[in-house]
Amino acid sequence: MDVVVMARALFGSSLGFHIIYATIGVGLPVMIIIAEILHLIKKDSDYALMARRWTKGFAIILAVSIASGTIVGVMISLLFPNFMEIVGQVIALPFQMEIFAFLIEAVFMSIYLYAADRLPTKLRIVSIFAVALGAIASAVLITDVHAWMNTPAGFRLTPDGGITDVDTWAAFFNPSFVTSALHVVFSAFMTVAFIIASIAALRLLKRNISTEERNYHKKALTIAIYFGLITSLATSINGHETAQKLHEYNPRKLAAAEGLFETTRYAPLSIGGYASLEDQRVKYAIEIPYALSFLAADRFDTEVKGLNEWPQELWPPLYVHILFNVMVGIGSVLIVIAMFAVFWKLVLKKEYPPWMLALFVAGGPLAMIAIEAGWCFSCIGRQPWTITDVLRTGEAATKSGSVGFLFVLFITLYVTLLFATAFILKFYFKRNPVSKDLEKGAS
Amino acid sequence: MEASSVAITILWSLLFVYSMLGSLDFGAGFWGMVYSNENKNTNASVIANKFLSPAWEITNVFLVIFVVSVVTFFPFATTLLSSILLVPVALGLFLLTVRTTFMVFEHYAQRFRTLLRITSGVTGLILPALLVSILPITLGGFVDFENDYPRLHYGELMTHPTLYMHIAFGLSTELFISAVFLMDYAKEAEDWSAYHTFRKHALWLGPVSILVAVLTIGTFPVEADWIVQNIEANWLWFGLSIVFFLIGYSALFLKHRDGKRGFARLAVVSIIIQYGLAIYAYGSAHLPYLVYPDLTVADGFTSASFYPMLIIYAIGFGILIPGFILFWKLFLKDRRYLKQE
Repeated sequence: MDVVVMARALFGSSLGFHIIYATIGVGLPVMIIIAEILHLIKKDSDYALMARRWTKGFAIILAVSIASGTIVGVMISLLFPNFMEIVGQVIALPFQMEIFAFLIEAVFMSIYLYAADRLPTKLRIVSIFAVALGAIASAVLITDVHAWMNTPAGFRLTPDGGITDVDTWAAFFNPSFVTSALHVVFSAFMTVAFIIASIAALRLLKRNISTEERNYHKKALTIAIYFGLITSLATSINGHETAQKLHEYNPRKLAAAEGLFETTRYAPLSIGGYASLEDQRVKYAIEIPYALSFLAADRFDTEVKGLNEWPQELWPPLYVHILFNVMVGIGSVLIVIAMFAVFWKLVLKKEYPPWMLALFVAGGPLAMIAIEAGWCFSCIGRQPWTITDVLRTGEAATKSGSVGFLFVLFITLYVTLLFATAFILKFYFKRNPVSKDLEKGAS
Repeated sequence: MEASSVAITILWSLLFVYSMLGSLDFGAGFWGMVYSNENKNTNASVIANKFLSPAWEITNVFLVIFVVSVVTFFPFATTLLSSILLVPVALGLFLLTVRTTFMVFEHYAQRFRTLLRITSGVTGLILPALLVSILPITLGGFVDFENDYPRLHYGELMTHPTLYMHIAFGLSTELFISAVFLMDYAKEAEDWSAYHTFRKHALWLGPVSILVAVLTIGTFPVEADWIVQNIEANWLWFGLSIVFFLIGYSALFLKHRDGKRGFARLAVVSIIIQYGLAIYAYGSAHLPYLVYPDLTVADGFTSASFYPMLIIYAIGFGILIPGFILFWKLFLKDRRYLKQE
């Protein structure tokens, strides 16, 4: 395989690995804050225990997240030096700011983790706030660079390929920055909410647990369901805006996402299926008339550009339609699950039956799949460009021949670490079950 | 001062900070591993881990700050640096990841503690050696251009004595600095068994590290004659550095009124100054090149968003000051933390 493909594979899998941990790292501190605050209000020690146990899990996840984040941050320079040459000139600012966000997170995470018992309550909550703030700011700032790659701004190209007229702030506030950043943050919150719901539901499905333990998990599930509903709604509303930005700034990407070949007014929305080049349409899809035009710009007669507007060599791979559908599909299913769960609790005021708990169990992994599909869609959907219409991936990548060997090395590392994290989490929480902590609290 | 000079000075300062923090971090991991066997009559491992647990994340961030600063201050250097450093830096990332994750996992899986601890201790020992081995690459003689594309000659590098002297330099520095620091830290915790253990190691590591450092300069490749000349021209600063080494090293022997030997705080401060002087003097001798003879500091630099970036640095560190103070109080001063079992 050629070096460019290897470089993309190595970087893509590094990012795909990191994003699992980074997503949890952004969402979990917020859940911990919620538990801390509920403890403060309700004076119920279950919430304190929740915060403590989530923090343990967070510490394990964070270790991998920091390590993999360091890999991604350094590797992007190693594998795509020509890209970073432009980044360094135009969009360096968010990278610089991100380090400080990262530093705030690191300092206060140590404080919260190792000094919580020596801090007054107020300072303890300030610490976990700082952790969450650092994590969210990191995500927002890194997403800024990603958004800029999709909708570059703040510079001009000279005929010889150089960069001139750099406007740092125009690059920083590039057209898709705000929507993309919110999308990453909301979807991270939502994913963590559903992961917590998964774990709590899994425990509640067990038959012989004590009433105290059952109550503990029910409280965790309730937090997760409410937070999950709010954040999944926020994700979808903002996701809609993100798609409208695509219509405005990246019409080619939107065309590929929807599998639209011919420029059309009153364009239908194709759900499912796959985009077929021969048939020039999405096969085996459910079509909703006019819906795509309406979604793109709130009017049924909106003209949506089709892929044939551009030469085929500028198309992203057609399978991005599937990635896009996986992301949107899972997002929609999760909203339904969360709405149903809240309805069940508030209106019917009934216990969750096992089949609903089973649905919750599926929610966490599904949300993570949606995150992965979303990132793959955003990055693959930008191809063949690294910076849309400015720098091709083939020109951005390294020419060094050693990438193949590194690919094998790092894939081995990631697979090992995925198993190791799962194993360590399982091992730790098996040795320190909720029942044991509850007994300790009671005595 | 020119903007590019300001940038390289900031970069070099970050390198200094990271080399100190990294030495403490990886060194503490190594000492923690060596003394983890509870039969040995010393608390050295406990003390090392007390420092390591809250501090490693911050140390790691400084590594990232350094890399990001290289790319954002010197974007025109990325192509050359990335091409020649791809493999060594990627290997470093691999080791760093193993080290970080295993070190944290260790606290959550008692049954596998020994395996995890040895893996993270050993990878932590190798890491600074690997990172320091990047230094000779920039001195000249190991990089060539084929069809306009830079290549690092691994064969020549691997068979050159200077690589191994650099590695020895990295190792002895890491262990010396961490031993002296942990000695001071043990004193703060009033843990005398650990104090004596680290003092014992500082005593032999001090002369070894300085000897290795001087010998390393002697092994520079012929192509690096330019920097040797600059180093000789900077003899005053290197001389001062040795003076501070002597002050710090002597402080290890000074007797307190109660008969205990060693003014630990004086030793730590002197030795940090020793390395500070040496690193800045080396950095100034390295000018004007980032990579000899292909890339100078001015060639790599961009002024496009330099001043906004300076402001970000000022604001960023400003915001963090209260955090650092709190951190210092909680983990380096608080007896409740230092003495807790």
